[in-house]
Amino acid sequence: MSKTTGKLLVEPLVDHNPITLQVLGICSALAVTTSLKVSLVMAIAVTCVTGLSSMFISMIRSQIPGSIRIIVQMVIIASLVILVDQVLKAYAYEISKTLSVFVGLIITNCIVMGRAEAFAMKNPPIASLLDGIGNGLGYGLLLVLVGFIRELFGAGTLFGFTVLPAVNNGGWYVPNGLLLLPPSAFFLIGIIIWINRTWKPKQVEEREYTIQRVEAH
Amino acid sequence: MEELLSLAFRAIFVENLALAFFLGMCTFLAVSKNVSTAIGLGASVIAVQTITVPANNLLLTYLLKPGALAWAGLENVDLTFLSLITYIGVIAAMVQILEMTLDRFFPALYNALGIFLPLITVNCAILGGSLFMEQRDYDFPQAVTFGFSSGLGWALAIAAMAGVREKLKYSDVPDGLQGLGITFISAGLMALAFMSFSGVNI
Repeated sequence: MSKTTGKLLVEPLVDHNPITLQVLGICSALAVTTSLKVSLVMAIAVTCVTGLSSMFISMIRSQIPGSIRIIVQMVIIASLVILVDQVLKAYAYEISKTLSVFVGLIITNCIVMGRAEAFAMKNPPIASLLDGIGNGLGYGLLLVLVGFIRELFGAGTLFGFTVLPAVNNGGWYVPNGLLLLPPSAFFLIGIIIWINRTWKPKQVEEREYTIQRVEAH
Repeated sequence: MEELLSLAFRAIFVENLALAFFLGMCTFLAVSKNVSTAIGLGASVIAVQTITVPANNLLLTYLLKPGALAWAGLENVDLTFLSLITYIGVIAAMVQILEMTLDRFFPALYNALGIFLPLITVNCAILGGSLFMEQRDYDFPQAVTFGFSSGLGWALAIAAMAGVREKLKYSDVPDGLQGLGITFISAGLMALAFMSFSGVNI
C-alpha cells in the first residue's frame, strides 16, 4: 500500500506531469507566473482544490448518475473554488487582487476536471485525494519553476527581495523586461518541455511526417 | 458608439483572450491541428461567448450585486460570492440549450460544430469573459460588445495558430521539441506579434 500511495504522489511530478505531458491546465500556468509569491499561492490553491474535489467526488461516485456527472463535478469544484477565493480575499487580499480572475478560473482548470473524471470516478477516496494532491503538486512544481525564472531574471528579485541588484537601483544587473511579458511564459514552458523530453525520451511525440535524408552527391 | 468600437478593438487585438491572458489554452493547443476544425471551434466559441457574457451581465445586475435585490424588498443582500457558481451554471446550461437548438433547427451546423460544443463548457475563455465583465463593471451594451469581440479574438488566434501548425508539421523540429514544445514556442511568437497592437488606439 505504502509503495502505491507514494507512487500516486510522486508520479505526476515528472513522469506524468499534467502540464508537460498531458497538456492540462496551462491557462493559469502562464498568466500568474510573473512573480514567485503569486505562483506559490496559485500552486497551493490548485493543489487544495484538486485534492479535495477528487476526494469528495470519489466519496459520492457510486451515487452520481452518469448523465449528470459533469454538472455534479462542476458544482463540487465551484464550491471549493468559492471557498478558496473567500479565504484569499480575507487573508491575502493583495495577492487575490493580483490573481484577479484566475482564482475563479481554477473551476475550468482542466487538471481538476480531468483528475475527477479519469481517476476519482473509479477509485476510493483516499487514493483519489493523493492522486489529486500529486497532480496539483506536479502543476505547482512547474508553476513555481516558471515563476522563479521569470521573477529572478525579469525583475532581479525573489519573493520581492532583491537578489540581483538592478541597474536602475544602482546595481549591475540589467533586468530582461521580456520575461515579465506574456510571450515569455510560452517560451519558458516550451523550453522546459524540451529539457524534460530530452531527459526522458519516452515522452517524445511521434512525427506526423518523417523527413527523408538524401545523400549529397 | 465610438467607445464600444474601441472596446471591441481592444478585446480582439490588444487584450486577446488567448494570447494576452492565456485563456482557453487547453483547447487552443489541443484542437489547433488543422484549420477547418479550428474555425469550427472558433465559431462556436463566438456564439457561446456572445450569449453567455450578456446573460451573466443581466444576472449580475438584477440578482447578485449588492442592492440588486431591492425589487424583492431585500436591500441589504449581497450575493456576489455566488457569482462563480452562477456563471458556470449559466455557461453549462447555455451550451446545452445551444446544442439542442442547433440539433433541432440547423442540423448541418450541428454536425459541423457538434463535437466541440461540450468542450466549450470547460473552456476558460468563456468563464474568463464573464469574470472580466464583472471585474471591469461593464453595462449591458458593453457586455454584448465585449462578449462578441473577445470570442472573435479567440477564434482569430486559434485559426491563425492552426494555419501555422499545418505548415509546421513538414519542418524538421528537434526530437524533444516535437509536438507540444514547438507549439508553445510558436504560440509565444504569435503573442509577441499581437503585442505590437498594444500601441494602437482608436
